[in-house]
Amino acid sequence: MTADTILEVRGLRTYFFLRRGVLKAVDGVSFSLRKGEVLGLVGESGCGKSLTALSVMRLLPKGSARTVEGQVVLDGEDILTKSLNEMRTVRGRKISMVLQDPQTSLNPVFTIGNQLREAIVRRFKGSRAELDRESIQALRHVEIAAPEQRIGQFPHQMSGGMKQRVVGAIAISGKPEVLIADEPTTALDVTIQLQYLKLLKRLQRETGMAILFITHDFGVVARMCDRVAVMYAGRIVECGPVRQVFDNPSHPYTQALIASVPKMEGTDGRLRTIEGQPPSLMNLPVGCRFADRCAFADERCREAYPGTYQVGADHTADCWRLAP
Amino acid sequence: MQRYIVHRLLQGLVLLFMVATIVFFLGRLTGNPVDLMLPEEATAEDRQAMIQALGLDGSVYEQFVIFITNAFRGDLGMSIRMRQPAVDAFFDRLPNTLAIIPWALLMAMAIGIPLGVVAALNRGNFIDRLAGGIGVLGIAMPSFWLGIILIFVFSVELGWLPSGRMGGPEHYVLPVITLGAFLVAGFMRLIRSSMLEVMESEFVKLARIKGLSEWVVIWKHCLRNALIPVLTLWGVFVGNLITGAIVTETVFAWPGVGRLTYEAVIYRDFPLLQAVIILKAILILSINLLVDILYAYVDPRIRLS
Amino acid sequence: MRRAPWIPIVIISTMLAMALFAPLLAPYSPIDQTLRDKLLPPFWMEGGSTKYLLGTDGFGRDILSRLIYGARVSLLVAVLALTAGGGIGLTIGILAGYLGGMIDNVLMRLVDAAFTFPAILFALLLAVTMGQGMATLVIAISLLLWASFARVIRGEVLALKQRDFVALAKVRGCSSLRIMATHILPNVLNTFMVLVTLNIGVVIVAEASLSFLGAGIPPPTPTWGLMISEGRGRIASAWWVALIPGIAITLLVLSVNLFGDWLRDRLDPRLRQL
Repeated sequence: MTADTILEVRGLRTYFFLRRGVLKAVDGVSFSLRKGEVLGLVGESGCGKSLTALSVMRLLPKGSARTVEGQVVLDGEDILTKSLNEMRTVRGRKISMVLQDPQTSLNPVFTIGNQLREAIVRRFKGSRAELDRESIQALRHVEIAAPEQRIGQFPHQMSGGMKQRVVGAIAISGKPEVLIADEPTTALDVTIQLQYLKLLKRLQRETGMAILFITHDFGVVARMCDRVAVMYAGRIVECGPVRQVFDNPSHPYTQALIASVPKMEGTDGRLRTIEGQPPSLMNLPVGCRFADRCAFADERCREAYPGTYQVGADHTADCWRLAP
Repeated sequence: MQRYIVHRLLQGLVLLFMVATIVFFLGRLTGNPVDLMLPEEATAEDRQAMIQALGLDGSVYEQFVIFITNAFRGDLGMSIRMRQPAVDAFFDRLPNTLAIIPWALLMAMAIGIPLGVVAALNRGNFIDRLAGGIGVLGIAMPSFWLGIILIFVFSVELGWLPSGRMGGPEHYVLPVITLGAFLVAGFMRLIRSSMLEVMESEFVKLARIKGLSEWVVIWKHCLRNALIPVLTLWGVFVGNLITGAIVTETVFAWPGVGRLTYEAVIYRDFPLLQAVIILKAILILSINLLVDILYAYVDPRIRLS
Repeated sequence: MRRAPWIPIVIISTMLAMALFAPLLAPYSPIDQTLRDKLLPPFWMEGGSTKYLLGTDGFGRDILSRLIYGARVSLLVAVLALTAGGGIGLTIGILAGYLGGMIDNVLMRLVDAAFTFPAILFALLLAVTMGQGMATLVIAISLLLWASFARVIRGEVLALKQRDFVALAKVRGCSSLRIMATHILPNVLNTFMVLVTLNIGVVIVAEASLSFLGAGIPPPTPTWGLMISEGRGRIASAWWVALIPGIAITLLVLSVNLFGDWLRDRLDPRLRQL
């Protein structure tokens, strides 16, 4: 762990314990997030991206899901060992999160102002008027017009894009060092998506917080992120600076993913899709999880999971073909 | 908002008209209405006066018009047994019923709501099953029987509390428990299932992300939303309260409108029963209208649309 | 899967047997009065004897025999009212859900109205105008049931309507009536059965309450509600007259509800909300 690392996840395993069996949704995820950077976490839906985020926040769905192994070191402390009470002091203040769907992220029966004040009062104990002033400031910060009127309104009186800005304002109101953004623009209109990404980028530059940006869209990664981690079937298969991963994708899955991104100056004008389905998380193969869909797979890929190999400076991938 | 209230008011009036119509036709089309309306010892002159007053020699349509006109003037007939206008008898007794209902409701909410929340928080474990057991028992035990058991234990055996009639505060305890218990199970089950649904919401996740305490997350963010279905089902609860009051007041000889209903039935006092039913319908509809307004307050999506 | 609820099943079977074979099981007539033996306590109490196992009431009638015959009334009313009320609810639910539009609108308004206005008031009114009796009681309790059946069934039908086999039947040119009878009805029968079991308890309590209020089957026919009503005035001197029939009601209703919960989980776990 280098000095500028703010969040380090090591060997995280989060399983669902269902009646039908154990579903290994996150199965040995490791990555680190440095101060002030944006790390993209990409993969298909169902690969365990969101669950990784919820494990880090310790907000797993009650009952069935449990983190069975691993460490989440935030600012030098393993937060998985903290009590739920201690965890409360971490959430919102040190690490925070923006959820996917702005339509359901805000409580429908309380005003925007009420929900903002609740978050702000945790770092700033002030009178009602002072809290309102802070709330208005926070809304202005996320570029909401006429914030003085907005604080008295209810969520259903706002558009989806506006709600997501409010969620953003709430999430960063505790001035966290790490923000997890879980596909924050997926539910928004295309025209609004770009505005929101720009806003996030601006906030990140101004506050210097680190962002773990979860998405399934490589185009968004190129626009937003400094580094990228590619996730497949519960594991990170490749990780490196965005430029390097784009220029030299080293895991066959990353190569396939990048080939499936539409390009303006497309070489052959055809979009490529990846054949086959990801393996069942209930019944994972012993070897490489991508082997069944991989054009290069051989015996060794099916027999054991590959190690993590260095591809370039700060760039690694889990593939037998890279073994020295 | 105003349109919503007006809309509900009109709906209520239609329902009231339906109730009045049913009451009217049941009174006319089964047997001889004069027999239903007058005491057995009534003289021929009395009968003739009744036929005149209600237009019983005219068509059913004319009779209905007279009935509705009289009803609008607050005349729903004379009680056979009490020899006073049925409407007056109802309003004489109403305060006694209204004296126990708020306490019973308070008890049902004070026990049912926290029990439902706690059951939801402990989903599937011992506490949940215990609460579930109380819920099932609450449904299985007829409330008149519960009332009799309470009398047996606390009045007869222990001699702590009076077994009936109105009086000081100690007279309220058993009737309020009986009527309240009637509602506790319903409240608990409803709150439990709506809490379970709300607790899965994304906004609850966001509330936790903010670092709010569990107490605020559960009792502010979740409960306020979980109460919405309780309010939408309020009409059913009001109906249950009216039903429960009939049985409870009968068991405890409590001189309210519930007991009055019972008396109208056992003394076959049709004019009184007719008045009681129509006035209770009005009562139910007014309470429902009030609750609709309250509902709009709790759920801003309705208030502001 | 939960284990079958054996204790409730045994209790329900016992009550069923009591209802079916009442004349064979009851030691005495439920109606004949032996005033000499009135208000005798159950056998385990001082003054009680094995002659009258559960004691006698104020007219010297054997409580056990009345209890056995009372099961007959409770279960008969339950069967008739659930057939009538449930049947009406089923029909209205299918019609409203499948036909939709104006018909659905009007029928659902009626359902809302039925939920708002307590059915017990109509039941009392019927008893006074039509006179007490089995027919009045069954009509009254059907009024209590139909709306909740209609509401749930309609919801089911709305979902079924979207399914492929219904679309296919339409393409083949089946009439609406035929589709409702051959495609919709068989698919809601599971739900209907669950509703029936969950409502047996409601009917039994309603019947007892109406009997208690003097609007049920008229005396001297023994019903549990009436027995409680007759015994409550003597609660201080002869508690068993009122308390024993109450135990029977509570046990039976508890059992059918536990059994209904289990059946619901087996047949249709989506109905948890009911």
